[in-house]
Amino acid sequence: MAERKPVKGVTIESTEKLIAETLAEMPEKAAKKRAPHLGANEPTVSSCAVKSNKKVVPGVMSQRGCAYAGAKGVVWGPIRDMVHVSHGPIGCGVYSWGTRRNLMQGIPGVTSFPMDFTSDFQERDIVYGGDQKLEKLLREADELFPLNKGMSILSECPVGLIGDDINATAKKMEKELDKLVVPCNCEGFRGVSQSLGHHISNDSIRDHIIGKYEFTEKAGPYDVALIGDYNIGGDVWAAKPILEEIGLNVKSVWTGDGEVEKIAATHTVKLNLIHCYRSMNYMCKVMEEKWGIPWLEYNFFGPTKIEESLRAIGELFDDKIKKNVEKVIKKYRKEMDGVIAQYKPRLDGKTAMLFVGGLRPRHTIGAYEDLGIQITGAGYEFAHQDDYDRTAPEMAKGTLIYDDVSEFELDKFVEELKPDLVGSGIKEKYVFQKAGIPFRQMHSWDYSGPYHGYEGFKIFARDIDMAINSPTWGLVKSPF
Amino acid sequence: MEKSKKMRQIAIYGKGGIGKSTTTQNTVAGLASLGKKVMIIGCDPKADSTRLILHAKAQETVMDKVRELGTVEDLELEDVLKWGYGDVKCVESGGPEPGVGCAGRGVITAINFLEEEGAYTEDLDFVFYDVLGDVVCGGFAMPIRENKAEEIYIVVSGEMMAMYAANNISKGILKYSSSGNVRLAGLICNSRNTDCEAELIEALAAKLGTQMIHFVPRDNQVQRAELRRMTVIEYSPEHKQAQEYRELARKIDENKLFVVPTPLEMEELEELLMEFGIMEVDDEENVGKAENA
Repeated sequence: MAERKPVKGVTIESTEKLIAETLAEMPEKAAKKRAPHLGANEPTVSSCAVKSNKKVVPGVMSQRGCAYAGAKGVVWGPIRDMVHVSHGPIGCGVYSWGTRRNLMQGIPGVTSFPMDFTSDFQERDIVYGGDQKLEKLLREADELFPLNKGMSILSECPVGLIGDDINATAKKMEKELDKLVVPCNCEGFRGVSQSLGHHISNDSIRDHIIGKYEFTEKAGPYDVALIGDYNIGGDVWAAKPILEEIGLNVKSVWTGDGEVEKIAATHTVKLNLIHCYRSMNYMCKVMEEKWGIPWLEYNFFGPTKIEESLRAIGELFDDKIKKNVEKVIKKYRKEMDGVIAQYKPRLDGKTAMLFVGGLRPRHTIGAYEDLGIQITGAGYEFAHQDDYDRTAPEMAKGTLIYDDVSEFELDKFVEELKPDLVGSGIKEKYVFQKAGIPFRQMHSWDYSGPYHGYEGFKIFARDIDMAINSPTWGLVKSPF
Repeated sequence: MEKSKKMRQIAIYGKGGIGKSTTTQNTVAGLASLGKKVMIIGCDPKADSTRLILHAKAQETVMDKVRELGTVEDLELEDVLKWGYGDVKCVESGGPEPGVGCAGRGVITAINFLEEEGAYTEDLDFVFYDVLGDVVCGGFAMPIRENKAEEIYIVVSGEMMAMYAANNISKGILKYSSSGNVRLAGLICNSRNTDCEAELIEALAAKLGTQMIHFVPRDNQVQRAELRRMTVIEYSPEHKQAQEYRELARKIDENKLFVVPTPLEMEELEELLMEFGIMEVDDEENVGKAENA
């Protein structure tokens, strides 16, 4: 792939100077720890990527979550036909109640369970252990919602501290209730970010779910699974139809609008298509090793990347699928050109800075570029080395890369680089909007979406235009 | 032809101060001298489960290292795994000073770490967990959870409190045996030279449904070896006490009696003590009365 053209005014030297100035403001020890996490991009030298997946420097404001957040909020929460139990004191369960906008079908309480189940630990549960309460909870939940297809037990911090053996409880109750009961030891204090929660959850799927069911319909040559799409704002519903249109049979989705029995049967598909590499690569690798299922990363943000991905997927199948791919690309090309013709003139030459979880900064670059927007800075909350390796080639030379960026650093970077848009999370949103800088909340699509697929791009383009070209920003006057 | 061997995981419990660590290390040295591959995992914040094998004051523990590095993810196996006498692998979980923090979580963290980092290699014949005195919270039961130790030996003596503790630990094993494969494998009597000690422990073992696997006589040679931070097996292999530990090691190696224990009620235990004259048969009205009253 051709290297990105440089962004005007952004060079390796200018970026390194900005980083040095920013670090100079910090205490020596903090600056020393933060320095390896910040860098100027070298698209061809991925080994130059920044250091990542390390403990947050004490004293800075970080945007990270915890292992429980990664388990409940990302992997388990979207599975619609399971009862997800937040095991421990009340707060974690209540504050993670439906907050990721992972949309689901079904009738609440009948075929979907988007409510809060928690064991609401009290003093006596800490002292005497919560195993019996958990058993009772599982029994009662199953009695009240008998159509659930399984239950997950998500440990909060105190459960790990007092050493309750939820694995033994799960095993016992799985037998008694005769349905999947899955323990997940995702205590929040484990690991340095929510990323470990994804990994632990993948391990739970490996140990307690995968391989336990078979699909009811017969296996076919075009069976695939969609991995790592959590249906934020309906993303799955915009992505899945495209795959079906090229002739593939999407047998299961991990885990957006997901069904656990289909997830359990995924070991029989022909190919795993993975969207969010960071949170689900572990299980793709397990299925590859154990059942020889190949996997492919794809990107459905913006027409350029969609076309690239569809062709890559087509390459793994026969001529029929390849032909369908070209047909589908042609079919939507005109509509996409129309979207670009409408919005690009209003957005061309603008710049944006991104800071999201572990995938979206690099995955959305193509969609911005389709609209003529250049990315001047990108970083992740909880990405690892392999994510930064995948990011470097997507960014222009000299652009700014920041890992686990602190509020102070991001403020400073935005102040200096003056992007026309910042795409990040809820904690950053109002800071930048109050500074008069257009902002989109890129974890939940800012109450909009979907952004995946052809349908999603139309909405994405509209939203970005609405943010950047809103007259509001011209009316914000500094009182100072 | 021998069948493909299975690693046996063994946890040693018993009242604080009864001599678990000394007994464990001497037994492990005995097994090592029989050519067995063994790993010891100390599950006690005191971290004295490996000193006789390593000839060290105290091994650097998993939790010490975690504290130093900040997170367990940055820890490497070679930082905390040491080889000692007879190629015995040694790890100490470690933990906080008494009165602060959570030692039980330290045990969980350490064992999770060892599993993830592949410390349980296939060449091992035995893994021994030397666990803090009483099972005080779920963390100290970690070594007997599923896929870990399935055999438990309780170190006990003829003293009343040691027997109470052994009975209590059996209650814990009973709880875990219902959800997994944990079994009581025997009582090890670490003699304190009390009256009718062997008979008493044999009677207790029978009540619990198990055996007294060995009676280890009291011998100051153990203390002499300890002063040099050595096991008797290594310090004086020809000594009769070394022979006792080798005998215990052989019996453990050949042991096939694994049971779900039948712990005693308090009254039953007291009756047993009375039967052997440890506790006097007393009139109810004398209870709580001073000697000269």
